[in-house]
Amino acid sequence: MSDPLSALPGARYAGLATIEESGLQGMITLRGDLSSKTLQKAVKAATGADVPSQRQIAVATGGAAAWMSPDELLLLVPYDEVEQTTSTLAEALSGEHALAVNVSDARALFSLSGAGAREVLGKICPVDFDPAAFAPGDFRRTRMAQVAAAFWLDEAETFHIVCFRSVSQYVFNLLKTSAHPQSRVGVYG
Amino acid sequence: MLILECPYCGVKAEETELHAGGEAHLKRFGPGSSDDEFHDYLFMRENPKGVHFERWRHVTGCGKWFHAARCTMTLEVFGTYTAQTSAPPQEIRDAITAKRPGWSWREFE
Repeated sequence: MSDPLSALPGARYAGLATIEESGLQGMITLRGDLSSKTLQKAVKAATGADVPSQRQIAVATGGAAAWMSPDELLLLVPYDEVEQTTSTLAEALSGEHALAVNVSDARALFSLSGAGAREVLGKICPVDFDPAAFAPGDFRRTRMAQVAAAFWLDEAETFHIVCFRSVSQYVFNLLKTSAHPQSRVGVYG
Repeated sequence: MLILECPYCGVKAEETELHAGGEAHLKRFGPGSSDDEFHDYLFMRENPKGVHFERWRHVTGCGKWFHAARCTMTLEVFGTYTAQTSAPPQEIRDAITAKRPGWSWREFE
């Protein structure tokens, strides 16, 4: 078997904030009725996390569940367990009107940390990044310049950015430009 | 800049995050309808100065379609509501009446 590679292995840039490609991450797209008890139990079993409320991410040890839309979740699991977890999930949801798909290799994941992180993202997304408006645990799907992206903020004030793998180089270049050391605006302090 | 609140994910989304889907509440005429009906369904659209109903899609957000009631002249938004309806709900009509008494749009008023 060939070795799996993430989108931009080891890509890193430090400017107003530090951008790092996060490496391989298991991701499962789950669509279904989020209020269904069977689905909630299956999500708990797969990730250890509860079904998150609107625009939130529920993080547990070894997994997380993020709210993508009223009938869609993004489940984060370790990369080497993703295939097993997807089939277990599909089995648990047989009979439900639901679909679980392993999308790990179709996506790229970046982390954005440091004091300027809010500003770096604020320049390229139509989102209010004031600490009162976007707090740790919040999850948002939006546009990053010209491509769709999703991100959440963790307790350590680090953003985790999910985008399509096909636009990973674009997103990395975009973040690099936005984090250029001489481009400070100072909106978020 | 037009800002619409997506009724599905509660995001106050600005125009660039959305995709315009044209006139709302169209009645579809397909096989079995007359040529005139099909022509009107395909080509004839409202072009009001004032109250207008449109379909929008939260395209880079949750991906859902929804409806918006707004004023084409002032860009004032009266409200957004679910796509699973064939007529504007009463609270949206009331919100418009409060601001634009005597409004009418197609068969709705």
